[in-house]
Amino acid sequence: MAEEWKRSADVVIIGAGIQGCSIAYNLAKLGVKDVVVLEKDTPTAGSTGRCAAGIRAQWGTKMNCQLGLASLEILEHLHEELGMDIGLHQGGYLMVAYKESEFEQLKKNVALQNSLGITSRVVNKEEAYEICPTLSAEDAVGFTYHHRDGHADPFLTTIAYHKAASEKGVRFYKFTECTGIKVKGEVKGVVTTRGEIDTPVVVDAAGPYSQHIAAMAGIKLPFYSERHEILVTEPVEFGVCPCMLMSFSGNYYIQQRPIGSIIAGCSPEGHPEDYSLGNTWNFLEHMSRVIVKLLPKLGGVRVVRQWSGMYNMSPDKQPVIGESKEVKGFYISAGFSGHGFMFGPISGKLLAELIVTGTSSIPIDVLNYDRFERGELIEEPAVV
Amino acid sequence: MTEEEKERNVIVCRCEEITMGEIRDWIARGYDTFDELKHILRVGMGPCQGRGCREIILREIAKMKNVPITQVDPGTFRPPSKPVKLELLAKKEGGE
Repeated sequence: MAEEWKRSADVVIIGAGIQGCSIAYNLAKLGVKDVVVLEKDTPTAGSTGRCAAGIRAQWGTKMNCQLGLASLEILEHLHEELGMDIGLHQGGYLMVAYKESEFEQLKKNVALQNSLGITSRVVNKEEAYEICPTLSAEDAVGFTYHHRDGHADPFLTTIAYHKAASEKGVRFYKFTECTGIKVKGEVKGVVTTRGEIDTPVVVDAAGPYSQHIAAMAGIKLPFYSERHEILVTEPVEFGVCPCMLMSFSGNYYIQQRPIGSIIAGCSPEGHPEDYSLGNTWNFLEHMSRVIVKLLPKLGGVRVVRQWSGMYNMSPDKQPVIGESKEVKGFYISAGFSGHGFMFGPISGKLLAELIVTGTSSIPIDVLNYDRFERGELIEEPAVV
Repeated sequence: MTEEEKERNVIVCRCEEITMGEIRDWIARGYDTFDELKHILRVGMGPCQGRGCREIILREIAKMKNVPITQVDPGTFRPPSKPVKLELLAKKEGGE
């Protein structure tokens, strides 16, 4: 279809996942409407649409707790703001510890979370079984729970941002890949498979390909992308697993979606780093064993689909959000290490604020990538 | 009710109860690939995995974009090709 090609824009965003769509919407909301978003496939076709849909504030670093809580607060009112249902369901996250040292860390996390206004708590086995009625975790040593954590539909949430941004004048070009960044001391434009666009501001929101996009501008991001697998079952009566069950030592996350199907994934050893998105039979067998052990009543439930997606891993498992100090006009929102969807609502808002005003309502200076060179890593302990 | 209105009420995806009218509205908004419609409406994500709706939706995309159906991307197919019970997959035979 003949579509008008814009030769210049105030801002060009690369990637129409949750980051790109949230940034675009928030820029338009702040009055910057001459925005183009490039997407090499279709919106949410990359990591966002492949993610496990979890949203949580139960984190182990101050920065992530702040981002997680602020994101929950946005998600709780996003339907009204964007005018589209986002499939929100806050059934909580029940963290399951199988080792004493792990439980100690979870308790430390809860103390940190409570100090930042997150009402998470330690729960005993009886309470855990009340929260998740079909759970069998006799080998667990402790649990923590936060009732505002839960689930939002990654497709609907991203499309809601995409649609609202489009209605505010943002242009989205799908099936349009960025192949180069023009830099002369500062950002001058982008080269794509469909033509060039002059712009003083480029945002790298390319998820698993963010390090490639940054390299086009001469910036080295110490990221890599690894494949994670996941499965979903047919829908069954809601209430089987109304919360997200998550364990770091148990290495799983399992949650029932509001429509009744159950999503489950884990973090197997030896992630392929070849940018492929295949599926394995091993994962299917392993994950099924984990599910049937934890939720024995689900044995007769059928798996309908398996797929995979990439985590864009940073050295401390925290994202890079902000402007490059080497190339003026080059902004980055990447390296989310598996948590880009849940942080998207707040990270998109903060980056838009940075671009427009030079400051953000939550200080995120520590999330610049020069922290890796300085060795000032802010290691997140709570990642599956 | 006109023919057009009647057609709009036809259920195209029985797993998720999506009508022809919903499909046409989202194509008209520019979400004109099978996978985009799948992401928004869940067509093809139910137990039948698109066996019932895929052909009908591809035909509708072709018609509305005025292109031959051979030029419409059929979208992603995902394993397993038939739903399999967790307890069968979890059975240990021959070890890990």
